[in-house]
Amino acid sequence: MTMQNVGRPTRPEGSTESVGFQSLTGGRGLVQDEPLIFELDGWKKTGVDLPEASADASDLAGLTRADLPLPGLSEPEAMRHYVRLSQKNHAIDLALYPLGSCTMKHNPRLNEKAARMAGFADLHPLAPVSTTQGALELMDRLAHWLKTLTGMPAVALSPKAGAHGELCGLLCIKAAHEAKGQGHRRTVLVPTSAHGTNPATAAFVGYSVQEIAQTEDGRVDLADLESKLGPDVAAIMVTNPNTCGLFERDVIDIAKLTHAAGAYFYCDGANFNAIVGRVRPGDLGVDAMHINLHKTFSTPHGGGGPGAGPVVLSEALAAYAPAPWVVSAADGFQLVEEAKDQAAAAFGRMSAFHGQMGMFVRAYAYMRSHGSDGLRQVAEDAVLNANYVKARLSDVMTPAFPDGPCMHEALFDDAWLDGTGVTTLDFAKAMIDEGFHPMTMYFPLVVHGAMLIEPTETESKRELDRFCEALRALAATAKLGEIDRFKGAPHLAPLRRLDETLAARKPKLTWKPESATS
Amino acid sequence: MRYLPLTPDDRAQMLGVIGAPDVDALFADVPKAARLPGPVDLPLHAGELEVERELSQLAARNRAAGAGPFFCGAGAYRHHVPATVDHIIQRSEFLTSYTPYQPEIAQGTLQVLFEFQSQVAALTGLEVANASMYDGSTACAEAVMMAQRVTRREKAILSGGLHPHYAATTQTIAHAEGMEIVRQKAAIDAEAAVIDAIDEHTACVVVQTPNIFGVVTDVTKIAEAAHAKGALLIVVTTEAVSFGLLKSPGEMGADIAVAEGQSIGNALNYGGPYVGLFACREKLMRQMPGRLCGETVDADGRRGYVLTLSTREQHIRREKATSNICTNSGLCALAFTIHMTLLGGVGLTQLAKINHAKARELKAAVEGAGLEVLTPRFFNEIAVRTKGPAAKLVDVLVGQGIVAGVPYSRLDPHAGLDDVLLLCATETTTSDDIAALAAALKAA
Repeated sequence: MTMQNVGRPTRPEGSTESVGFQSLTGGRGLVQDEPLIFELDGWKKTGVDLPEASADASDLAGLTRADLPLPGLSEPEAMRHYVRLSQKNHAIDLALYPLGSCTMKHNPRLNEKAARMAGFADLHPLAPVSTTQGALELMDRLAHWLKTLTGMPAVALSPKAGAHGELCGLLCIKAAHEAKGQGHRRTVLVPTSAHGTNPATAAFVGYSVQEIAQTEDGRVDLADLESKLGPDVAAIMVTNPNTCGLFERDVIDIAKLTHAAGAYFYCDGANFNAIVGRVRPGDLGVDAMHINLHKTFSTPHGGGGPGAGPVVLSEALAAYAPAPWVVSAADGFQLVEEAKDQAAAAFGRMSAFHGQMGMFVRAYAYMRSHGSDGLRQVAEDAVLNANYVKARLSDVMTPAFPDGPCMHEALFDDAWLDGTGVTTLDFAKAMIDEGFHPMTMYFPLVVHGAMLIEPTETESKRELDRFCEALRALAATAKLGEIDRFKGAPHLAPLRRLDETLAARKPKLTWKPESATS
Repeated sequence: MRYLPLTPDDRAQMLGVIGAPDVDALFADVPKAARLPGPVDLPLHAGELEVERELSQLAARNRAAGAGPFFCGAGAYRHHVPATVDHIIQRSEFLTSYTPYQPEIAQGTLQVLFEFQSQVAALTGLEVANASMYDGSTACAEAVMMAQRVTRREKAILSGGLHPHYAATTQTIAHAEGMEIVRQKAAIDAEAAVIDAIDEHTACVVVQTPNIFGVVTDVTKIAEAAHAKGALLIVVTTEAVSFGLLKSPGEMGADIAVAEGQSIGNALNYGGPYVGLFACREKLMRQMPGRLCGETVDADGRRGYVLTLSTREQHIRREKATSNICTNSGLCALAFTIHMTLLGGVGLTQLAKINHAKARELKAAVEGAGLEVLTPRFFNEIAVRTKGPAAKLVDVLVGQGIVAGVPYSRLDPHAGLDDVLLLCATETTTSDDIAALAAALKAA
């Protein structure tokens, strides 16, 4: 007689050893292979109920397309497809995401709620300004916060991401030089440790890029900078705190030398999170700096965007800021949308409309929540967390700059992996098996096998300890020569290591019918 | 503070591990002159209730498009977005992840991007598409610069029907890069005029369809003329729903198609964030800007997706990159993909027909009110001649609760087209809305 088990508590039976276990259908429990939408038999389906339309498009004779071969899915099928895909992603909401330079911090949901209020989300950019006064006031308040936090007199809100902000800043600089008859200045100086966007942006604007050397302690080499600051130099682009996670101690001298040479100081503000509320870039002599709202001010990274990159500007550059901007008048807020009259020096326009309003709402909600006191605490905790990670790992890994504190990022090199056969990449991939996103690897370029860890202020001590314990255990394993754990990593992710060479050699960027059987 | 997990005890313990007396010691590298002694002069922290209240008050001082009759288009469009879209994009795994640099734990984002690229390629009728740009206007500027790289020529001709913000953006950015930008005079239906301007120095011509005045144009002849002189044709579309009904840019001979994708899956958001669509012929693939997602296999031979051809990009190529773009519009692309998947080709075609039918209804009503419609062939937007300045008329009608479109002069004050009003109807426009507008126009 068999016992009736229905409804009774069960307990594990037999061996709990499941290494090497394979399901019959190839999936892994909750993580299943998910076909492309093109492989789900939806060629004649739609998941949207629409009213009948008059089929008469006779006025468009000869202008209409014959067919539109795209599949559709019913709502339950679409929901399941995308929810299944979502489960193959790592995210901040799952675990620490220590991607250096990216400031992967918690994204408060109040900000999402606010951005979806009908008065912001359902607002047309060209609606009469008399009907958008609340939006313009929010932009004006955001501008006030950004200017106050940076100690700068002006801000251009419209750039759509950090690199777009860099472009905006350099175009202001170019316009300022041209206005002073200094248009012949064609060189931009960039430290070797800079983000790739810096030289890319400078080249984009037609400047030639010259590198500034770095000192042994990871800072701009002042002597080298001075020797290169000639009459041809339009600007320097320096990240501060820099990409090694260090504050440029000589930053005020850097600014003075730059200005004395007739050049402008562009600061890459990607790392503003380390100093917000404690240091104002305006006090350091900065002329232009973009602020990644998706870093310091917590707007979600969304799998690669959207971001927002407002640029704060010094008095010397303010007049050249691009259209549009908000002005406060007696009869309410106005939007200046074109370079004319008092705004004749504006260098042009960075994009259609007025910038990333949805991000402005989120960033403003975040700033208001923290307040001036909370934002200062953000910088302090971000720096404290990074120094804690550095302190807890320094005996098993090799910090690139062991002396003195770091800012919001702890940078290690790969000297400690010498002789183990494990590379920075292998080590990072093994972190995935322990449930963490890898740190930024092989950047900055000035440090061999770089591992750049940015924990951010929204990690608890408990999560930091969990992370440090995992890294310590991995480091110990690497040194013991357990190389398969690393070379084959990740073992426990939805997919194993992917063949990027194949992808680049035979690029397949879109689904095509003939591949349906593969 | 609710977003900060560390307690004072945690901080003290951690400083002990670090060996620092206090947190100020960690900021020792900051020059003394630049250390702020305390919080800057801004309000202190606030609770969720207080912040939500402040933002609600600001939002309430805007008139949402859905609050009454509303006819603005001109580059941003009010469409209905299924609730499913916003639910999925708010899932933590999509919302709070970043660029899929680690493909093993980012297959969700990567497969979505592959689907997105495939959808964009099919909509535009071209072979390849990238993983999105910031918006349509910056995609347009990037396309012009790509044409320079492909042709090694410096001149770009922008048609007079191109959205003035797109033209200004392209002029600003591509000119800074050293290109010569020729903007043709604003004209309602003069796309063919670009043909006469094409010469052996021309890298590309940029033509919008439907254009800023709503005019739909078959650009096949323009493509032939451009190709005959070795130039590329870039076709711009600001209303992505039109792809459901109209001949695709690829079918008409475009080499590059760029579009604003906001209409599908994304709210108006007062102008951003939006999502730029970028597609081109396969042979031009390696000159594309931005991220590309490609198919490959993993170590066990299973299909997967990665970011690819990154040797074009700034983080590898630095000053030799095809663009400086890094962050793009990932989440907006996801919203686009989900909405497009819900619609399918069948649904988008139906949606496009509804939009066109609404615009025909709008046209008839406006003509019935005694106004001249200037757009000969349209999708869902028309240009109308007003009796006085269009901006004045819009102001008057706002007072009556009707947002009567966009005065062309707001986009381009120097064109001498102050009496041109741009009107748009979508599936969200009701017959009552149209009747209210017609009555108000008649009385104005």
